[in-house]
Amino acid sequence: MSNLLWLIPALPFAGSLILIVAGSKLPKKYVPLIGSGSVGVSAFITLLIGMEFITSESGSVIKQVLWQWIDVAGFSPAFGFHLDSLSLVFIFVITFVGFLIHVYSAEFMAEDEGYARFFAFLNLFVGSMLILVLADNLLLLYFGWEGVGLCSYLLIGFWYQEEKNGSAARKAFIITRVGDTAMAIGLFMIFKTMGTVNLVDIQGQATSVWTVGSYEVTLIALLLLGGAVGKSAQLPLQSWLPDAMAGPSPVSALIHAATMVTAGVYLIARTHVVFELAPTAQFVVGVLGAVTLLMAGFSALTQYDLKRVLAYSTISQIGYMFLALGIGAWSSAIFHFMIHAFFKALLFLAAGAVIMALHHEHDMFKMGGLRKKLPVIYWTFLIGAASLAALPLITAGFYSKDQILWLAWAGEKGNTWFFLAALVGAFITAIYTFRMVFLTFFGEEKTQVSHVPGSLINIPLIVLAVLSTGAGFIEVPHSLGHLQWFTDFLSPLLPITIIRPGIESTEWMIQLLAAGLSIGGAGLAYYFYGVRPSLHIQIKNAIPQVHNFLLKGWRFDSLYDWTFVKPFVYLSNVNKNDLVDWPFNALVTVAGFIHRLFAFTQSGILRWYLIGIVVGAILILTLGILI
Amino acid sequence: MLIIFYIAAAVAVIATVLVITQHNLVHALLYLVVSFLAVAMAFYVLGAPFIAALEVIIYAGAIVVLMIFVIMMLNLRQESVAQEKKWLNARIVIGPVILTLVLAAELLYMLSTETSVHLTGEVIGAKAVGMSLYGHYVIGVELSGILLMAGIVGAYHLGRQKKKVTHRFLEKQEE
Amino acid sequence: MTTIPAEYGLVLATVLFMLGLISLLIRRNIVFMLISVEIMLNAAGLAFIVAGSRWSQADGQVMFLFILTMAAAEVSVGLALILQIYHQLKTVNSDEASKMKG
Repeated sequence: MSNLLWLIPALPFAGSLILIVAGSKLPKKYVPLIGSGSVGVSAFITLLIGMEFITSESGSVIKQVLWQWIDVAGFSPAFGFHLDSLSLVFIFVITFVGFLIHVYSAEFMAEDEGYARFFAFLNLFVGSMLILVLADNLLLLYFGWEGVGLCSYLLIGFWYQEEKNGSAARKAFIITRVGDTAMAIGLFMIFKTMGTVNLVDIQGQATSVWTVGSYEVTLIALLLLGGAVGKSAQLPLQSWLPDAMAGPSPVSALIHAATMVTAGVYLIARTHVVFELAPTAQFVVGVLGAVTLLMAGFSALTQYDLKRVLAYSTISQIGYMFLALGIGAWSSAIFHFMIHAFFKALLFLAAGAVIMALHHEHDMFKMGGLRKKLPVIYWTFLIGAASLAALPLITAGFYSKDQILWLAWAGEKGNTWFFLAALVGAFITAIYTFRMVFLTFFGEEKTQVSHVPGSLINIPLIVLAVLSTGAGFIEVPHSLGHLQWFTDFLSPLLPITIIRPGIESTEWMIQLLAAGLSIGGAGLAYYFYGVRPSLHIQIKNAIPQVHNFLLKGWRFDSLYDWTFVKPFVYLSNVNKNDLVDWPFNALVTVAGFIHRLFAFTQSGILRWYLIGIVVGAILILTLGILI
Repeated sequence: MLIIFYIAAAVAVIATVLVITQHNLVHALLYLVVSFLAVAMAFYVLGAPFIAALEVIIYAGAIVVLMIFVIMMLNLRQESVAQEKKWLNARIVIGPVILTLVLAAELLYMLSTETSVHLTGEVIGAKAVGMSLYGHYVIGVELSGILLMAGIVGAYHLGRQKKKVTHRFLEKQEE
Repeated sequence: MTTIPAEYGLVLATVLFMLGLISLLIRRNIVFMLISVEIMLNAAGLAFIVAGSRWSQADGQVMFLFILTMAAAEVSVGLALILQIYHQLKTVNSDEASKMKG
């Protein structure tokens, strides 16, 4: 069974190829069949291989080398796959959530003229993402990394007729490029010092090559972090993700919430050996995560656009994962990734359905009262929101976030500031999440519902809703019955977080605090948007600058505009006539002039040619006499 | 010997000058024959009787006759002589003459820098030439054969009287 | 019997060559131009004969034979070309045959 591993990424690629080549000629009903079918079969194979993997002994890996990719002077990355527990979690999420989103898209995009193109890109994305997580060396990982970047660009700019979508796509591509460049340099340095890019070799040899905290390993870790930060939209490269919402909602769900943006988390978890050798870099990961989760959370409080709230919340939740990575809570980060993928995909898909139902209305303040009109979407959205807000006991989000909170407090590398940031973040998360719920589904109806979604949209939502609640119970904290399936599953690969001694007894207090804050946040949202709707407008009018500052995402766009774009545009204006080109242009002009001169002599009159010969003979003879 | 050479040289130069100043093609060709005969005389004096004979037969004979045939085929009338007169004016002559004189001066200067050698006047006959031609230079002979063959084919092909075919570029310009 | 200095022969060749060259440059009639080329080839041949006589070798005469062959071939092709030009353009003016800017 395990030798079918290559089929998992190959099937989506094949689907993509078919759709690209023949998509426009195929009858419309076959397009989603190929698009979702290929991912569906991939998901099925993943299930089979996963079964085999779980029943096999702990710590085993499945390896499959397809062919030697490059072999030059000791640099020999293979085109090979490496399946261990970490990549199994990722391919499981990618294929299953991906499959559900494909099914959803079959209805959601049905009216779009780029139907086949959409599925081709989605399939290409799933294939690239699978390559990324299955790669057995960093170069192949980078291949998938760039592939998903390309698909992200293509899909953000999917409705390319509108100029702002094109700009959003370019913005995403260019900003992530900054991180990718850093990551590439990191790869070069790893190869230079270790002589290999194979992940297993790196894991095995790292401790013997580098000493803890050495300058070199810190630099490599920071460069890898640069790549992760770009792809995962963390500070300071986070500003592309809110604009990426220009793409269709399934794209936001799949790429910009559930899978691609967590590639950074995967990269850091995969190279955790390097980060453990560089405590400074790991601390930076935690700080970036903590700061990002707070900043994005505050920005989410002020947004009008339903999808932008979700985008900021995604940045914030990935901030949690980075925080977890920063404190060495590796498996917690991956657990939160998985749960987040479920509920965030659910929220995006539900939001997409709401937006579609209301004639592409994005503004939450123009929605309302949809509870009765769209019951399925209401209930599923509510479950997703509860999970995001981490309402205690019943939601999966509670278990995953609580673990991070607890380890930020109790972990060896955690500290009070990380813990406070995570706690405040949890409170804000609850507020903006229920702000969404109350604005969208409660109150009076402001826009007519024009389109009630069908079963292809409802079924994925229900499945994801079940996962958003049920998936949490595979990892239950000590105080509530102690279940550690997920951590145990990952433990051969990712080290278990060491907890400071004598602190276990406080765990129930932390949980109570977190639960109280999330319920309190939900209550506060209800007070502001349900009980006294005029209050938030008064607050907004009282401090318009602060509101605007947060609405624009802490004005990072303006900052980058001033520091990078404006100087660049100024320089390019100065250099409009291209100083470097000047001598070359002069060469062209001179050549053109001489050409015209000689063309003039080519008159077709024989005697002029003869005179030319005579003059040439005279010149040569004169030279002969003189020299 | 020297006097004969001087006479032959003088005749050759004068005849050639007359060739290039004639307006009538046929007259020019007659002077050309005289020039070739004088040069043949010079060859004889220089000790190359075989070549002198060839000069008379091929240059003064075959080539000039060929040209006369072509002139007949062209069938140029009296007005072509007037045309020739119009073309040969002082303004057009002066430039080429100056250029050529410069070239000639340079060549003569180079000749004058060499030390003077007197020719023995020893006769090199047809036999010696033949031995050399079919011994050392046999490749050249074969190549000459190919050249003549190409000349024959080319002349036949080009000389055929075809229906007037205007080239498509020229056609456009005429419109 | 006085012998001939080698330079005299070469001077004669030079003079004949230059006369041919002048004619070639000043004439527009394409038949005259062909005649001029013949004069020049003949002058070049004369130079070879003088050189052969100077060294008492047959090589100069062999070279003359090659020039003679070449001249014959050239004249036959050249005259055929002249016939064609006259046939096409109805003139023997070489300046007229300049439309292709060749």
